[in-house]
Amino acid sequence: MPEFTSDLVMHEVVGPLTTAEAREEALRCYYCYDAPCIRGCPTAIDIPVFIKHIATGHLLGAARTILDANPLGATCARICPTEALCEGACVRGQDSRPVAIGRLQRTATDAAMAGEVPDLPEFATAGHGRVAVVGAGPSGLSAASYLRRLGYEVDVFEERPAGGGLDTYGIVSFREPVAVSLWEVERAAKMGVQFHYGVRAGRDVSWDALREGWDAVVLAVGLGRVPRLGIGGEELPGVYDALELVEASKTGPLEAIRLFGTVAVVGAGNTAVDAATLAKRLGADRVIILYRRGEEAMPAYAYEYAFAKQEGIEYRWWTRPLAITGASRVEGIRVVSTRPASGQARSDRQAQLEDVADSVQDIPVSAVIRAVGQEKPGQIWSALGVLVREGRVVVDSETFETSLTGVYAIGDGLARPGEATVVQGVADGKRCAFAVHHRLTTGRED
Amino acid sequence: MADLSVNFAGIKSPNPFWLASGPLTNTGYQVAKAFDEGWGGAVWKTVGEPVVNVSSRLGGLDYGGRRMMGLNNIELISDRSLEDNLREIAQVKRRFPDQAVVVSVMVESRPEAWADVLHQIEDTGADGVEMNFGCPHGMSERGMGSIIGQVPDYTCQITGYAKSFTKLPVIVKLTPNVTDIRNPARSAVLGGADALSLINTINSVMGIDLDTWRPLPHVDGRGSHGGYCGPAVKPIALHMVSSIAQDEGVGVPISGIGGIETWRDAVEFLLLGASTVQVCTAAMHYGFRIVREMTDGLNDYLNARGMARVGELTGGALNRLGDWNDLNLSYQVVARIDQQKCVGCNLCYIACDDGGHQCIDLIPGQKVPLVREADCVGCNLCSLVCPVPGCIDMVPIETGRPAKTWRGLA
Repeated sequence: MPEFTSDLVMHEVVGPLTTAEAREEALRCYYCYDAPCIRGCPTAIDIPVFIKHIATGHLLGAARTILDANPLGATCARICPTEALCEGACVRGQDSRPVAIGRLQRTATDAAMAGEVPDLPEFATAGHGRVAVVGAGPSGLSAASYLRRLGYEVDVFEERPAGGGLDTYGIVSFREPVAVSLWEVERAAKMGVQFHYGVRAGRDVSWDALREGWDAVVLAVGLGRVPRLGIGGEELPGVYDALELVEASKTGPLEAIRLFGTVAVVGAGNTAVDAATLAKRLGADRVIILYRRGEEAMPAYAYEYAFAKQEGIEYRWWTRPLAITGASRVEGIRVVSTRPASGQARSDRQAQLEDVADSVQDIPVSAVIRAVGQEKPGQIWSALGVLVREGRVVVDSETFETSLTGVYAIGDGLARPGEATVVQGVADGKRCAFAVHHRLTTGRED
Repeated sequence: MADLSVNFAGIKSPNPFWLASGPLTNTGYQVAKAFDEGWGGAVWKTVGEPVVNVSSRLGGLDYGGRRMMGLNNIELISDRSLEDNLREIAQVKRRFPDQAVVVSVMVESRPEAWADVLHQIEDTGADGVEMNFGCPHGMSERGMGSIIGQVPDYTCQITGYAKSFTKLPVIVKLTPNVTDIRNPARSAVLGGADALSLINTINSVMGIDLDTWRPLPHVDGRGSHGGYCGPAVKPIALHMVSSIAQDEGVGVPISGIGGIETWRDAVEFLLLGASTVQVCTAAMHYGFRIVREMTDGLNDYLNARGMARVGELTGGALNRLGDWNDLNLSYQVVARIDQQKCVGCNLCYIACDDGGHQCIDLIPGQKVPLVREADCVGCNLCSLVCPVPGCIDMVPIETGRPAKTWRGLA
């Protein structure tokens, strides 16, 4: 197990509910039947039931309800966009404010992490066979956990030295401490999932070997690095990939990545907010988010935007970087103002843009952080020879099977740009596990 | 996984959670659905000569933003034909051989009437009958229900009829609308009852609408007293269950009823002598699905205590309840306020000063009130009004006095 960073400046922004708060909040739940919140959760956690368990002081039962439906319930309690999912659907939003479902879920999973780990219900049918899962991120962990519970021997191949994927390496510590993600990996290991770290599929174990040696192969490879901006000066010291910066803040000494002065972040999604608020904690005095479109087209969730503003992050809308400048390291960023081309809507994220004449400006900055999405794992798909459309692997919408029989793909790699979430990856992994089980027990796809 | 199954006076069920006789066990559809959700048994809505029910029928008591802390009803027994009920009972029993199907029954106090209905119930394959001697409204005005349960001789006599006409286990359901529940309980046992269930609902008037002066609920502007149930009645039920569980003249299995909403409530009834529990209001409020949390919670509770069978709980706390005369007069607790947890609301102060024994002081310039321990009688009031969990503890102190009871002094 590699070392991870713990540092006080990275302490969690949202704390746990007190016992009194949790009970009070749990009693606000109407315990709806066929509850909208359940339909709002991609993993369909029986939310009213787990909340009722909390109301009766039965945290073990609450954790069981959550973890039965979502093995990454502790992570999701912290990082799910609940405003857009369960809490957005909560009926109490109509007469008061929604029940704080995410924070209640944390109350239950915190209790489980503190030692009261529930045993999970057994499934009615048991399968037997071997399944390989490539990638130990959220969707891979989910698939592996369910396949293991369904009775399969599960081997997970993970390139990195630890599991958890994005949760372990890509979420800033002040939103989810790394211990939470590692606990979830440990739970899968305790169930009997075999993890093979430092093994890169396609290099250390061939795709053919995986397809021949295992009854099914589940690809949960996630997304790649942040793409380059394609402008001058990107090689200069002081230019960071947002995800690499987050990873460095979790795996190395913080002193090694101290920032200072003014820092620019390019992009206005959720990762940009993470990068910007992280930069503040790493020493930046001022952080400016540059976005080539306006506030109305910003891909970040409203609560992320609110968090960024609360942390004093500045935004410059309709601003496109032209070049990163500096002699031996970053000294500034040259930007130009943009506007929608004639006839294009300001709120349209696909709108054609044009530069505003005579609006080039140099902003002195000491660092530039790229947060403009993630690269798709195109090489893997071509190495495997699976059918790909618009850069995304094509899978059956029910079973997640690719164009290759017995090869499945799940997780962020399937998502449309800006729509990837951990909870959707977990839901994919769960559904895929049952589809694999169905195939291996019946030999049929239906 | 602990063993939750029970054998209640010869009636087997996979867990101790039964639905009580009421609107929620009115049809085969409901009972089958409940069994699918995991209920261990159900007592069918009381059958007999069909009645006409009124509209409206239920009234609720809310408290502090929580709905239906208490529920009252003026519904009578089943208004469906006996034939329909019996046919559906037989169908449900065939489909669910492992669940307990008990038929609540109430007919006129003639032996022939009881003989006839009991033979028909036997033919359905039901596991037992429950004699409804408890219904406090309407039926009692017609010489049935609680009018039987309130007269021990009648209770004994009618129970005897039933026993002489059926081999099925006979459960007698008792009304709480009596001065001492032990009298009808003993009479039922004397009459041959195999088991007792209690409590039925309590006489109640839910309220009056301040604008219209109509009672709640009302039927065309008029009301009638109805049967009260729901979480509010639990303490009354616990008292009655424990008092007959301890009575030497009783000695038969008890099915506990009254305000059970969670597995915790159920455990309390079991610890005070019940071996099954019956639920009505909570399932009417939230649906049959609540049984899943109840079995889950009960199972975890047993596992955590290393208990293999739910039956081990029955009567476990009975030896801690008894006469006031046996309480230790030398025992002394005093209130201790947690300095860190106190929010400074002063509710403990005013409660003690006005309604207690004037032993909490407000200290100028200080957030936390101060208990004068030497004057504290240990009444608990301050800890009951304190809104912060765990902030005021009642702590035993050493008095040096030897244990003594009123009985010992006498």
